Amino acid sequence: MIKAILIFNNHGKPRLSKFYEHYTEDTEQQIIRETFHLVSKRDENVCNFLEGGLLIGGSDNKLIYRHYATLYFVFCVDSSESELGILDLIQVFVETLDKCFENVCELDLIFHMDKVHNILAEMVMGGMVLETNMSEIITQAEAQSKMEKSEAGIAGAPARAVSAVKNMNLPEMPKNINIGDISIKVPNLPSFK
Amino acid sequence: MALKIVKGSIDRMFDKNLQDLVRGIRNHKEDEAKYISTCIDEIKQELKQDNIAVKANAVCKLTYLQMLGYDVSWAAFNIVEVMSSSKFTYKRIGYLAASQCFHEGTDVIMLTTNQIRKDLSSPNQYDTGVALTGLSCFVTPDLARDLANDIMTLMSHTKPYIRKKAVLIMYKVFLKYPESLRPAFPRLKEKLEDPDPGVQSAAVNVICELARRNPKNYLSLAPLFFKLMTSSTNNWVLIKIIKLFGALTPLEPRLGKKLIEPLTNLIHSTSAMSLLYECVNTVIAVLISLSSGMPNHSASIQLCVQKLRILIEDSDQNLKYLGLLAMSKILKTHPKSVQSHKDLILQCLDDKDESIRLRALDLLYGMVSKKNLMEIVKKLMLHVDKAEGTTYRDELLTKIIDICSQSNYQYITNFEWYISILVELTRLEGTRHGHLIASQMLDVAIRVKAIRAFAVAQMATLLDNAHLLTGNTQRNGICEVLYAAAWICGEFAEHLEDPMLTLEAMLRPKVATLPGHIQAVYVQNAAKLFATVLQKHEGETDSQAAQETSQLLIDRLPLFVQSANLEVQERASCILQLVKYIQKLQQKNVEVAEEVTALFAGELNPVAPKAQKKVPIPEGLDLDAWINEPPSESESEDEKPKAVFAKEEPKHSRSRHTEVDEKELARRREARKQEQANNPFYIKASPSSQKVYDAPGVEHIPVVQIDLSVPLKVPGMPMSDQYVKLEEERRQKEKADKKKKEKKKKREKRGKGRKGDSGPESEEDITPAHHVDIVTEEMPENALPSDDDDKDPNDPHKALDIDLDKPLADSEKLPVRTHRPEVLKSPAEDRDDNTIPQETKKKSSKDKKEKKKDKEKDRKRSKEDKKKKKKHKDVEEELPESLPEEVVQSEETKEVAVPPTSADASDLDFWLSSAPVPPVAQVVTVSSSAAAATVDSSSAAAAESEPEELKDTEPDDTKSSKHKKKKQKKEKEEKEKKKKKRHHHHHHHHSDAGAEDSVQNGTVEDEEPLPPMSNYSLLAENSYIKMVCDIQGNHQDESKVVVSVIFENKSDSFLKSMEFNVLDSLNSKLQRPDGAGPHDGLTVPFQLPPGVSNEARFVFSVQSIVMPQKLKGTLTFIVKTDESSTHEKLDFKLHFTCTSYLITTPCYSDAYAKLLESGDLKGSSLRLEGVNMPFHHLLARICFHHHFSVVERIDSCASMYSRSIQGHHVCLLVKSSDQTVSIDAKCDEPSLLGNVLDEIKQTFSKC
Repeated sequence: MIKAILIFNNHGKPRLSKFYEHYTEDTEQQIIRETFHLVSKRDENVCNFLEGGLLIGGSDNKLIYRHYATLYFVFCVDSSESELGILDLIQVFVETLDKCFENVCELDLIFHMDKVHNILAEMVMGGMVLETNMSEIITQAEAQSKMEKSEAGIAGAPARAVSAVKNMNLPEMPKNINIGDISIKVPNLPSFK
Repeated sequence: MALKIVKGSIDRMFDKNLQDLVRGIRNHKEDEAKYISTCIDEIKQELKQDNIAVKANAVCKLTYLQMLGYDVSWAAFNIVEVMSSSKFTYKRIGYLAASQCFHEGTDVIMLTTNQIRKDLSSPNQYDTGVALTGLSCFVTPDLARDLANDIMTLMSHTKPYIRKKAVLIMYKVFLKYPESLRPAFPRLKEKLEDPDPGVQSAAVNVICELARRNPKNYLSLAPLFFKLMTSSTNNWVLIKIIKLFGALTPLEPRLGKKLIEPLTNLIHSTSAMSLLYECVNTVIAVLISLSSGMPNHSASIQLCVQKLRILIEDSDQNLKYLGLLAMSKILKTHPKSVQSHKDLILQCLDDKDESIRLRALDLLYGMVSKKNLMEIVKKLMLHVDKAEGTTYRDELLTKIIDICSQSNYQYITNFEWYISILVELTRLEGTRHGHLIASQMLDVAIRVKAIRAFAVAQMATLLDNAHLLTGNTQRNGICEVLYAAAWICGEFAEHLEDPMLTLEAMLRPKVATLPGHIQAVYVQNAAKLFATVLQKHEGETDSQAAQETSQLLIDRLPLFVQSANLEVQERASCILQLVKYIQKLQQKNVEVAEEVTALFAGELNPVAPKAQKKVPIPEGLDLDAWINEPPSESESEDEKPKAVFAKEEPKHSRSRHTEVDEKELARRREARKQEQANNPFYIKASPSSQKVYDAPGVEHIPVVQIDLSVPLKVPGMPMSDQYVKLEEERRQKEKADKKKKEKKKKREKRGKGRKGDSGPESEEDITPAHHVDIVTEEMPENALPSDDDDKDPNDPHKALDIDLDKPLADSEKLPVRTHRPEVLKSPAEDRDDNTIPQETKKKSSKDKKEKKKDKEKDRKRSKEDKKKKKKHKDVEEELPESLPEEVVQSEETKEVAVPPTSADASDLDFWLSSAPVPPVAQVVTVSSSAAAATVDSSSAAAAESEPEELKDTEPDDTKSSKHKKKKQKKEKEEKEKKKKKRHHHHHHHHSDAGAEDSVQNGTVEDEEPLPPMSNYSLLAENSYIKMVCDIQGNHQDESKVVVSVIFENKSDSFLKSMEFNVLDSLNSKLQRPDGAGPHDGLTVPFQLPPGVSNEARFVFSVQSIVMPQKLKGTLTFIVKTDESSTHEKLDFKLHFTCTSYLITTPCYSDAYAKLLESGDLKGSSLRLEGVNMPFHHLLARICFHHHFSVVERIDSCASMYSRSIQGHHVCLLVKSSDQTVSIDAKCDEPSLLGNVLDEIKQTFSKC
């Protein structure tokens, strides 16, 4: 079981938090803070597993994370998950985001948290891995956004125009998460089918 | 109207959306909290509006704020409103918000039940999907109970997208509502073989999760998983299954034996590291579960260790970490194979990655031996010095202590060395583990008598240098050591060289800054020391010194009497008074030492930590009973027991059981000796060490080596390193001694011609340096041997510990929705209608549809129940089947001693006891070539049926085929139900199922595919309706036949009030509900909209089954069009063939042979000319249409078996030679046989 999925940036600002067990908002924030504290002090070239048992649940739990440019993707899982499998799942997740947002960067996640949640929901459900095939995830996610668009129809047009205008004065785009550039070391893992 | 919409959206575009909110927060970095609070105010305003779009926008923003840590539970009701919007966009926003902030304590959650149910049955798959995803996050016991049945229906949805989500969410439902597990489990099991890989993966996921917590209930699924493991190419599924096997093998070692080979093959063949790693892990689990010493398994261990070494040597830190992790598992059972890699592991201690270092430490724990302990600990001590972070250093400290103290100090040969290690560890700055060191000191000093003198000397030094330990407030943790030091010095004061000095050290004013409990020990032990000093001086008749000592105490103790700590105060004042009294006596020159010493006489023995728990309650003692009359309520509050002394630690209060009589003591001594005799270490230690070497006493300790330049070093401390050298010398000497002795012996024994062996130094050769007397911990007499389970009673998985193999009882059903007043008429929807008037029209029609749907749902549900009952019967039906199996087993495999209790268990036993089935070739082909496996399980089935292993696979095969058939039938029904709206061609669909069945049944190699087949035959048809039916024997009742009729509406109008009636014959009767007359019709439990088909079942009771029967019947129904409704009827003839009384029953060749030999059967035969079809098609047809199963097939000859519902055996021997088929048949009822043969003939004449 996956207990929680957290995305935060290099400064510990949460970009997405998904807890599959209930905690109060305060505890959630504390977990995010502590996780950030644990993860951020680790070097780039150390292993991606952390025994963070005290955070969520028992000692059975592990933190499995990956660091892409400005963002940390952290999965808190128990012993029923395969460590390398989860690492691969994070990779699938990021690649899916990259496809859905077309060259994803931190700003995409900041402004479209709901969309990230929706994509994640096609991968993991209630803490269990639902789908690992990237094209299937993208197909389902796109089918749903298409539905959304068709529902918005004419009524949605003015709102879209306004938001386009609003977006014009966005601050300069920060650098990409750039999953293409930073070579991600997935040790001989064939993509899961 | 349109204007209104535009206006509404213009209003809306000036509301902040999520992006605006985020942007705003980013622009207000300095006063973020203030900005957000104004935003929340805005959101509150927006939530008050009627426009659902505005509300959804507000809820979306709230979801973001929730992530930032703001409590948004106050908007729960608005979230429910947005959830119930008819638009997918808003619904999704609502469900997302709910999934983020709803939990069991959210009270509005109970309002959502109906909304979720509606969404679950929505025609739009994404509505259903979103509802399932949301529900998975906030399902409560109530929701689980109310929706379990709906979700179970969705598990057979036509869309794999819904199926996989429904399957996954069942796990959450089981957790919240454990009663649902048994009724839902059969279907979940079916999904393991779902054609969609995603659904299959989900089902594996759920079952693995369930089985991980309660593995024993899932053992019976092992064969199924085994099949999946050897056929699947999905790494996710494989990993899950392999992990599951890891959990199952400890319960069933035979399973492990079966697994080793395919797993080894996977290890060799896979290129995926994740899979390789999990395989290695499971092989390790298997090896642990198997008793060691099996010759061929050492190869497996070697393989694992070798693969792990590759992982550890990899430059990738992740693999390194995992390799070490897995290595530590092997270590537990096969330490030898790991120890050879010590170099590698020590190397990992230098890794820059802390996680890896910690893992390497874990490994070291198991790698120590008497030989290398000192060396390893020396290395660790170096790391302690180097370690910069306190956490890692603390971890090192605990590991050092763990390593040394493991299994009762088994590996320590020199306790002086250990004490000095402990003392060195006290120099650690800021450690939290002072108490750990302290307890080790106490333990060693108490339990190793020989070391006491040395320990006391060390502790005295520690006390003398206490200021170094307490100087820094940060180092508070370490001052716990002083507790131990003070106690040891006091208790074993007779070993002190200069007790006066120590006494003085213990009474320094600085002590008053120590924590209370340590001061208390100081005071108490000062008194003990005082007694020792007195005795010493009186022995030397030095009354002056004795009086000075008393004066010292009288001077120093008042400081402690003033202590705020009650314990310290009380002890100090008590002892102060005592000393004052002693002083008075001393002034009168009275000898007091004897009496003072008597205060502290007696020896303390260590007590086992569990001893108190293990004291059995004497018979007749009721601890809960009142001793006196229970006090009245009012009184009880005043009388609180004084707990002041209860807190006192047992170490201070010396318990002296002086009243124990001599006999008892002797008995105890005897018992202890016995216990010591059972302690292998004890035996080894005592005899050899005595004669060999005199321990280096205290004088050997090099007090000289003081490194004053390092301020933290306690002066006068021994360096543990020197012991390493000393120890080596000692061992050398010992060895030499031994050799000498051996030579002597040799010389003596030369006459006998015996060769002395002088092999390499082994573990046993190393003798401890001391006469080590490890005092065993005391246990109460007649202690209870039981070990308490430390299971958490609050574990939610405990409730899921349910036996799944037991047949379902009638009472076990998922709750079906009955008519209840609707809980929520969602207000959001009403408002939606008002604001968007265009939708109102649609809505009303939708309402109608909704109602219709509801009814349909009810219908579905009732059928669900029927099916459940049927399933239940199926399960029970397996019981008699197990009989022939058992016969076979007892003949084939004598090793199965215990008779299997249930069919499933016997299946498993059979599967496990048969020779390891999977041939290497199969695994390799399946796993390496993806194509082979994707074809279907049929290819796997084909591969399994290699002739030489026919016997082994047959039970498996026939069973799975039966299972498949059942499943496919069910699927058929499901699909029919779901695809009502489309014109679905049943025949085509059924034929698929049939084809696959027969391939399995015929167990053939790759032969050409089968033509489509169906058992549904046309019953009657007119312009309105078409009826097709299938007749099956009832598995449970020997006189019942079930007729499944599919009604298909061919017209454009609505068909309702259908009534099904049959004219009963003497032999066959339609089962009518109680109270109905013999000629009343049965109402078909559904209505048919245009173009829709549905299935109903009718049960008939039959007396004799030896003859075919025909029954006349009528279907009446009302055709309803917009203008009018007409009454119509359709006549039909129901044909009960003898075949329909037969039930597919597997039979094994042995049982089959016995049956034929018994001579009870009468024969008959049949010749078919001009049959122009492949032999396997022929068999498949007989199997499919006439419910036979293949017992054995050799070339173009096959034996087949079936059984009637009344237990008649029907055996066929089918031979084929160019276009001519001869069937020799035997049965105990000739007329039945004749009719069956006629029907077979008819089947083949048709084609």
